[in-house]
Amino acid sequence: MARALINVPATAKRGAVIEIKALISHPMETGYRTGVDGALIPRDIIKRFICTYNGEEIFSVDLFPAVAANPFFAFTTIATESGLIAFRWFDDKGRAQLETAKITVE
Amino acid sequence: MSRGAKPMGATRREVLAAGAGAFSLIIARPASATPESMAEAIKAFVGGAEVRKGKVALEIPPLVENGNSVPLKVSVESPMTPQDYVKTIAIFNERNPQPNVANFHLTPRAGRAEVSTRIRLGDSQNIIAIAQLSDDTFWSDTAELIVTLPACVES
Repeated sequence: MARALINVPATAKRGAVIEIKALISHPMETGYRTGVDGALIPRDIIKRFICTYNGEEIFSVDLFPAVAANPFFAFTTIATESGLIAFRWFDDKGRAQLETAKITVE
Repeated sequence: MSRGAKPMGATRREVLAAGAGAFSLIIARPASATPESMAEAIKAFVGGAEVRKGKVALEIPPLVENGNSVPLKVSVESPMTPQDYVKTIAIFNERNPQPNVANFHLTPRAGRAEVSTRIRLGDSQNIIAIAQLSDDTFWSDTAELIVTLPACVES
């Protein structure tokens, strides 16, 4: 779908609260704007964002057109075990994107 | 018809035409959310439960130059344990075309009830953040802000 930037610490102490940041490039077309021909530009937004930690959902968002273009989210989680943090975005056109980050917990 | 010949400036007909023009400008704007539609969206979210002030801190700049990207941070006072945690944080606005902004779903694994994002604002208005805790109580915080260049004006 697009370019995504994710920021997860590579290593963390067990039990520490870590901050995760995720940004994806997407126009988040609201469906309220008109083009040069005066016709409404069809809505195309990311509707849902889900973050999982070793398969378990830790954070998700329902998005509306009021979320700015190139949606950015920062949130926290407890570093419980080493593994994979996965990020999924789903948009109006049925496109989905998956990004992952490895974390080592010691 | 020259303006110099008519010191009063405008005939009754011109005034009426100008008035009609101004009116059509107003109705040509897309439907916009109102404090009432925001109240309805909040009702749909809380389902009749009481929304109390407190516990929630909504951080948003009071004066915004560009409504296309406004940083927003919400934190909720909560121990974030499996017994007592924040389930959902919902953001609502008064004057965008739609009253909903975003709903954040958290779990006890978050450690802290704290989220940041960037939003669009079509006008100066009040923003409300409502947190639903695991005991199904609702807490809120409101912020009023001024937008000098709103989103949705570039087209």
